[in-house]
Amino acid sequence: MLTAHSERFNFKRLALKREAFIYYIFFVVLALFAIVLHDTAFLSVNNFMNIIRQTAPITIMAVGLTFALAVGHIDLSIGAVVALSALVGALLLEQFGIPVAVAGALLVGVCVGLINGLLIERLQVSSLLITLGTMGVITGVARQISNLESVPIINPDFTFYFGAGEVFGIPVLFLWTIVIAGIAYLALNKLVFGRHLLAVGGSPKAALAMGINVVRVRLNALVISSVAAALAGLLYAGRLHGARYTLGEADLLTVIAAVAIGGTSLFGGRASIVGAILGSWLMGMINNGLILSGFSTNEQMIARGVILIIAVTIGVKELKNG
Amino acid sequence: MVRTALDQVALEVKHISKSFGGVQALRDVSFTINKGEVVGLLGDNGAGKSTLVRCISGIHAPDSGQILVNGQEVNINSPLDARASGIETVFQDLAMVPEFNITENLFLNREIRHKNPILAWFGWLDTKAMEHRGRKAINRLNSRIPSYKEKIHNLSGGQRQAVAIARAVNWGADIVIMDEPTAALGVEQSAQVNELINVISGQGVAVLLISHNMQHVVETCDRAVVLYQGTSAADVAVKDVSKEQLVGLITGVNQSAA
Repeated sequence: MLTAHSERFNFKRLALKREAFIYYIFFVVLALFAIVLHDTAFLSVNNFMNIIRQTAPITIMAVGLTFALAVGHIDLSIGAVVALSALVGALLLEQFGIPVAVAGALLVGVCVGLINGLLIERLQVSSLLITLGTMGVITGVARQISNLESVPIINPDFTFYFGAGEVFGIPVLFLWTIVIAGIAYLALNKLVFGRHLLAVGGSPKAALAMGINVVRVRLNALVISSVAAALAGLLYAGRLHGARYTLGEADLLTVIAAVAIGGTSLFGGRASIVGAILGSWLMGMINNGLILSGFSTNEQMIARGVILIIAVTIGVKELKNG
Repeated sequence: MVRTALDQVALEVKHISKSFGGVQALRDVSFTINKGEVVGLLGDNGAGKSTLVRCISGIHAPDSGQILVNGQEVNINSPLDARASGIETVFQDLAMVPEFNITENLFLNREIRHKNPILAWFGWLDTKAMEHRGRKAINRLNSRIPSYKEKIHNLSGGQRQAVAIARAVNWGADIVIMDEPTAALGVEQSAQVNELINVISGQGVAVLLISHNMQHVVETCDRAVVLYQGTSAADVAVKDVSKEQLVGLITGVNQSAA
């Protein structure tokens, strides 16, 4: 009895640590940069708004990926979906206007999510391999339809709502982030929907035995992940006034690192939306801080890789102990 | 144990047969369980115990035969049908999500939604109502559970079993099927599970207990149905037979005792 008690106690402490980890590291990194960069504009409201705006597509992809991870899937195709949805949106925009362009881009997300999900269920192959394959296919399609050229966007309404606009002085990219994050938080934590996602990720056998439609839950999660990436594509297109097949190319690593460090398990069953958001802002802050400190993009990439390894190591350690 | 007041048939299985390909797993098996009765289902490996249980809990459809619940014939084609007819199965792996707490597992896929119809349409969870009802379900079993917010993987095997049984009973099951509930448990925890079985049968629930453990069967069951090579070899009151006779029935050595 005594041992059972002390085990439980230890575990709780460990869990507390893991869930709070993102807060600690966020403030440690913040403090570090604040000290090193005290003579720059790093510690200003403007700079932070900038970080949040620049990170908006990453944040939204991270929120979407959290759903896929919750059911125990990984989605490697999100970076490629960003490029394809941005291109589809940009190509449709000139001729058909904003509603059709947005619908078309998001439809890219829905289709990719369904294809990923159906291939995984039908072929019984891991999501890692299937989405690695679809990533290649989608990238190829994006290169093909754009002829490796950028598609410029000159529609001022589009660039307002998906890029540089401000409503009551608040950047729209910040609003997008807050709205999407809010909906995702409620869906995952307050609704039956999220409860079933986590049940399927935590124990597919138990979920099945209790009559949950496991296949449909997994499909939903992958569609959400890819639609979020499609929305991220629109936000890139809006901010950069155009789409290019290279969009989102380097984001996969950043997004996975952001979600992992935020406390979402890479093996399903545990997910944190707040963690994903803080994780993506942390990645944005690190990029921003490294740029202001005079480091190159190469070095930033190394930093992202190291962070992913640290985050995943903590997650796996906990899995063994828990 | 005198339960004459409750002597009404809860579950009646009539002439069930089931074969897989050329192998006849069940041949014309019939038995009944009364309300509040605990019936042990015994048999060697391959005698047809699991097939019979799977037929009753809706995982397999029998080739022929009938299943009656409270005197009414029911059509069981899926686990959901079985549940709708008042039959709950406590599986050996308990069908629990380890990362979920007790309440979340009790209401898995039967979540209580918010009273507000609009929020309910979105699937908004009524956490308070679930905690309240979950507490009642656990209290009904007089079992010692640390906290309703404790995650399942922090519980002992016996406590997990208690939660699984509470879940079955909480859903108004008239009949609870338990697959080897004490197989992975120590002596003390097995005793706790036996106590739970007594509590729920005292509340009028019919229990079908699949077990290899003779001691367990003798301690908890009123009757024993013995399967031998797909047929029912015996249906005996446990107090009328010795453990040795039961073993004889299971191995097919001593069929005259039936």
